[in-house]
Amino acid sequence: MSDVIVVGAGVVGAACAYYAARAGLDVTVIDRGPVAGGTTGSGEGNVLVSDKEPGPELELAVLSNGLWRSLAERHDRQAGPGAHGGFEFEAKGGLVVAETDEIQRRLVELAAEQGLEHVLVSGPELRDYEPRLAEGLAGGVLYPQDAQVQPMLAAARLLRDGADSFGRGTLHLRLGVTVTGFVHSGERVTGVRTSHGDVLGGAVINAAGTWGGEVAALAGVTLPILPRRGFILVTEPLPEPLIKHKVYTAAYVTNVASDSADLETSAVVEGTPAGTVLIGASRERVGFDRTTSVPVLARLAAQAVALFPALREARAIRSYCGFRPYCPDHLPVIGADPRLPGLYHACGHEGAGIGLAPATGHLLAQVLTGQTPDLDLKPFRPDRFSEDSP
Amino acid sequence: MTYDLVVIGGGPAGVAGALTAALAGLRVALIDSGARLGGQYFRHAAAHGTGHAAESGLARFLRLGERLGERADLLLRHQVWHISQNDGGDFTVHCNGPDGGPVAVRARRLLIATGAHDRPLPFPGWDLPGVLTAGGAQALLKGNGVVPGRRVVVGGTGPFLLPVATGLAEAGARVLGVYEANGGLGLARHPLLAMGKAGEAAGYAATLARHLVPYRTRRAVVAAHGEREVQAVTVARLDQDWNVLATRVVECDTVAVGYGFVPQIELGLQLGCGTRQDVDGSPVLSVDSAQRTTVPGVWAAGEPTGVGGWQLSELEGRIAGRSIAERPVAGVLTRRRDRGRAFGAALQRAYPVKAGWQGWLRADTLVCRCEEVPLARVREARDLGATDARSVKLLARPGMGWCQGRICGYAVSCLAGEPQQPSRRPIAQPVSLGALADTADGIPDDPATDPVDDPAH
Amino acid sequence: MTFHITIDGRQVPVVPGQTIGAALHAAGVRSWRTTRFGGRPRGLFCGIGVCFDCLISVNGRAPERACLLEAAPGDEVTTS
Repeated sequence: MSDVIVVGAGVVGAACAYYAARAGLDVTVIDRGPVAGGTTGSGEGNVLVSDKEPGPELELAVLSNGLWRSLAERHDRQAGPGAHGGFEFEAKGGLVVAETDEIQRRLVELAAEQGLEHVLVSGPELRDYEPRLAEGLAGGVLYPQDAQVQPMLAAARLLRDGADSFGRGTLHLRLGVTVTGFVHSGERVTGVRTSHGDVLGGAVINAAGTWGGEVAALAGVTLPILPRRGFILVTEPLPEPLIKHKVYTAAYVTNVASDSADLETSAVVEGTPAGTVLIGASRERVGFDRTTSVPVLARLAAQAVALFPALREARAIRSYCGFRPYCPDHLPVIGADPRLPGLYHACGHEGAGIGLAPATGHLLAQVLTGQTPDLDLKPFRPDRFSEDSP
Repeated sequence: MTYDLVVIGGGPAGVAGALTAALAGLRVALIDSGARLGGQYFRHAAAHGTGHAAESGLARFLRLGERLGERADLLLRHQVWHISQNDGGDFTVHCNGPDGGPVAVRARRLLIATGAHDRPLPFPGWDLPGVLTAGGAQALLKGNGVVPGRRVVVGGTGPFLLPVATGLAEAGARVLGVYEANGGLGLARHPLLAMGKAGEAAGYAATLARHLVPYRTRRAVVAAHGEREVQAVTVARLDQDWNVLATRVVECDTVAVGYGFVPQIELGLQLGCGTRQDVDGSPVLSVDSAQRTTVPGVWAAGEPTGVGGWQLSELEGRIAGRSIAERPVAGVLTRRRDRGRAFGAALQRAYPVKAGWQGWLRADTLVCRCEEVPLARVREARDLGATDARSVKLLARPGMGWCQGRICGYAVSCLAGEPQQPSRRPIAQPVSLGALADTADGIPDDPATDPVDDPAH
Repeated sequence: MTFHITIDGRQVPVVPGQTIGAALHAAGVRSWRTTRFGGRPRGLFCGIGVCFDCLISVNGRAPERACLLEAAPGDEVTTS
């Protein structure tokens, strides 16, 4: 019997398990697939603060950003400098660019409201930061805190470090095990039923990402989490790095918070340690349809080439899509479910799950150990969607 | 305009299918990445009037190709990177044209005849220049008239090693040995004999004997040595599970290795075609008796439906062509096809890949050549919780590079301890971002074909 | 009826219809690029356009598969 059962071995589940183990709790992580087999395995690894509007998600992102840094430092203290946390942590900084003066004015306003560390960059100065950017852009804002991780490695490393660092036997990983129901004792959840028998625990954390609504339904509660499809294009490894920062257009910020069901794309371009360039981002609500859309890929390519003309000659060698879990108000669900004692949620992070994972795990560990969480979890409460909720 | 049929692949299956459909009156285009028809088996040099043109089947294939050229549009040097199905049910085939620019071809029906490529196994030193796949050696010889080396070692498993070795020997290379990892009985009891191919087997045996080429079973090339290129190999004697019993070093300048074939099915997967596991575990496209895949409007023929050699491929192409043209398929064709399939399956059973090859690898042996992933990193990924090939790839990057796992995919699956899964490759060939951007509405203009949209014939 | 291409300025004979990879291999040039991480030499391997080991830059263009690309008179290729 564990203190905590985490359903989901994506990056959020891994972070929940890590911080719970670090807080001295015994943890069992259950996933129907391998580590990072769902949305974590089809993301870019964004650890962004720059794309958040002022509010609870921004606070969560800032907390998480600091935690990612300390996780990387902690790992490197043992593994040696240059290990990049064991998950390719790169504090590369994000550069948001504006096509027009009007957009630049709004970017500057947003930066002032966010209160984050930032540098205003004029049009002519843009190429001091990104020499290969197209001409004629109006300007941009550089956010030095923005970072990137390799999300699958990050999830795997958190689980491994969680298992190795806090005493043997505190963190168990059970892969290929499907949760089929919940075990109740009176009003409380006391475990999960699985394809491999019952697993009992003092608390169950639903970290099933895009499938979080289905896991909640197994417990008998409603969580309105739906998939939003995003495609990413990957180029062949380039002989020399063309792009230093995570570079994206202002449209990305508005699309992130958009309610439209239609296809939206904006240019998000960045290099990786492997030499490839990742190109996003598209958003569509089409259910779990994996069919490749050539028009979407074509738009992503056109936007990337418009931003970095030198990419015209680079070749795309693969593309992939993932399903980002979103809630109607675009905020994640984090905390105890007041409708069902013993059940906690950590899901619905949309396209920001990698970035927000450590804060989510850290705050839940605080809740589970009876501490006051560093952030007010009210905006993320699981029952906020029901009609009688204030 | 929209073709009645677009065939992808200009080998025996594709040419037979395209010609059969064109003769039945359909408006047909055939797309192939090569400069000439032929595929892997009927690969031939540009000046083919001489040399091996008289070789079994080639002269006939070339005549079929000529007839096809008169009746169909041949889009050679076109690389298909994606096929999508449009709302109306027809298909758009997205290609890189000969100049790299985007070309889109529309089709009411498709025939996937994309063949197969060699299935290599990793071993220490297998990335040294001079180590070629058996098919690569064959392509140099037949497609380019280049003898791949002076002192050549041929290894692997399967009957394909025989034509490669005899071809090399006849072209003047000194073939130091043919090392067949299976068997154990030598050429005298070669499975080709048991399968009614005595003439073929005897021909190879005679050629090898004439050139003093030793044919050794239960042997394999388990390491290649050299600095900048291969200078020697370690040849091992194997037990029946391919564990090494004893080794010796053979000096050579060239190695040709192949352990069967990987059917190329990714275009079918893009369209959502159902798959099955072939006898050797390879995922192949499921087809019915008329070569129809599970997606209406899409047929498949040749190796993508199961490896069985060129004659079977051609038969399947003819059957598909008849079916696509809505003509009856003669029972004599389907019966011969079924016998061919049984033969192909028997060969796959006679030449399996045994697990002992994993013992040939060292921790620093590259598993993935593109991303330079050694065995140690694959093991590390497994240790980190990668329980299947996909998560090994996500954590350690084998299969993430240029070839998209075509070369290492089989090995990585074995190392991950699971049968090979169908690999989704939404971008089947590298496509420049410029060309992709010019496809802005998803369908570029097609400069290669007549824009008039009139019904066929 | 042969023509020539050059590799790093050195002349290599080509029979019309041969690929750049085949012409180089025939001339004893067995590798023409090195890998990104280990600096390992690479030339032909699969020979049929699958493995991408044989990438080569021709006339200053982005690297292409030498095993698929038919050589043309005067092509200049560079090793990397």
